[in-house]
Amino acid sequence: MRLTAIGVVLAGIAGLFAYAGGWLTPQTLSPTSMINTFEQVNAPHPGFRRNHAKGVCVTGHFDSNGNGVALSKASVFLPGRVPIIGRFALAGGQPYVADAPQTVRSMAILFKLPNGEEWRTGMNNIPVFVVNTAQGFYDQLLASASDPATGKPDPAAMNAFLAKHPASARAIRLIRSHPVSSGFANSTYNSLNAFRFISVQGAVVPVRWSMAPVQPFEPLDAAHPGQAGKNYWFDALIAGIHANPLQWHLIITVGQPGDPTADATLPWPPDRQQVDAGTLTIDHVESEDTSPTRDINFDPLVLPNGIAASDDPLLSARSAAYSQSFTRREGEHKDPSAVSAAETGK
Amino acid sequence: MATTDNPTQFALLSRILHWLMAAMLLTMLLIGVSMISSLGNYDRLIAIHRPLGIMILILAAIRLANRMFTTLPPFPPTMSRPERFVATASERLLYTLMFALPLVGWGMLSAGHYPIVMYGPLHLPPILPANPALYAVLRQAHTLLAYLLFMTFLAHLGAVLFHTLILRDRLLKRMALSSIRRWSS
Repeated sequence: MRLTAIGVVLAGIAGLFAYAGGWLTPQTLSPTSMINTFEQVNAPHPGFRRNHAKGVCVTGHFDSNGNGVALSKASVFLPGRVPIIGRFALAGGQPYVADAPQTVRSMAILFKLPNGEEWRTGMNNIPVFVVNTAQGFYDQLLASASDPATGKPDPAAMNAFLAKHPASARAIRLIRSHPVSSGFANSTYNSLNAFRFISVQGAVVPVRWSMAPVQPFEPLDAAHPGQAGKNYWFDALIAGIHANPLQWHLIITVGQPGDPTADATLPWPPDRQQVDAGTLTIDHVESEDTSPTRDINFDPLVLPNGIAASDDPLLSARSAAYSQSFTRREGEHKDPSAVSAAETGK
Repeated sequence: MATTDNPTQFALLSRILHWLMAAMLLTMLLIGVSMISSLGNYDRLIAIHRPLGIMILILAAIRLANRMFTTLPPFPPTMSRPERFVATASERLLYTLMFALPLVGWGMLSAGHYPIVMYGPLHLPPILPANPALYAVLRQAHTLLAYLLFMTFLAHLGAVLFHTLILRDRLLKRMALSSIRRWSS
């Protein structure tokens, strides 16, 4: 009897541990199942990021003009210069995919702040995100997987996804109506998720941010891409940086009470206050094969004091899934990047 | 007045440190294993996990110092020679893991090129150079050592419950927060 009681206590604690670790609910979406599905949909590509797999690394600096100080106590907004490292990439888990007009492009930046703090942010050139939950992201990943028979996504699967996630259907219409630029250099990159800025006085405001290019916008159609090899977008970016440093303005959009912070598919009203907090300058480009930035996890929740997560559920999910992807790829053999050191050095 | 001079019980400070550490370690193990499975609460869990781990490291150092400067109550006669050996070995293993897990965690974040955020602007410096292969090894070691700690904890709890409930040798009283004199009167 007493022996049974001991057994029950030990089994109870072990059961609690197993429950917390997710072993009792294997069908629940987890960082592991998310990254497993990336590997299944894209085929395994050891050593590469499971998403935004094809990319190139850059360095430069950010010159703060001090305008952000009123909104956030983060040291990045004090007037002055901080070094940055970053990465331009294509969305998707294929490290050797050819550049294509419809592929989403991304910019990830790590601001190195003087006190050892860092601000890491990954941004995309779409106005809103396609999904607003981790489950939505997972469903979209499966729905857009290539059918082995046709080599193309199954339209029925995509229709089923859109029927299940009407917010995604609305977001896709908005994304399609948004003008796409001709390259990496003249794209606006958006945080998509909302965050919170905390001022010195303790005032908290919801924000989203963007990197708005100094390079003039040119629409995608006018540029007629696709003729000059698999890496035409990366080649143009590299040539651009070699010719002149590229610049973006960091634009902070300040939300109002009631603006959606937990739904990345919804745009904020266009009349919201926008603060130009400074200028990002990118003056050096390097292949992932030689850059230490390859081994940076652009976790959106690596934030300095003064910037905090919002209630957007995608932030925690991104942080967890990126960590899983990072842990796997750091232990794997590294194959050469599609954008080689010979190309970035040209 | 703060410590008991009853030799069958651990010193009061040792008992307080023991139960504080027990609560922190069990919390930490549950938070850690939840981080592996959770997408929705990962951010909140890791925000507690890092500073709690460093608090455990500090407490482990205090415990070790306390352990070295206090005399232990003798083993009860119900413990056989091999059992005493296992108890001593498991105690050493638990102390080792109390240091190893936070240090491996700290080293792993250093090797993974992460800032080691405690709270607000408070950061710890890296203790290892950024290195992908080292990160991967330490990350795996962190999980395996946590499983080892959890199993050692279960064995420790099971042994104490066996003594207290089956052999009824009042082994648990040695570590009880209340003084043994009041219990035995």
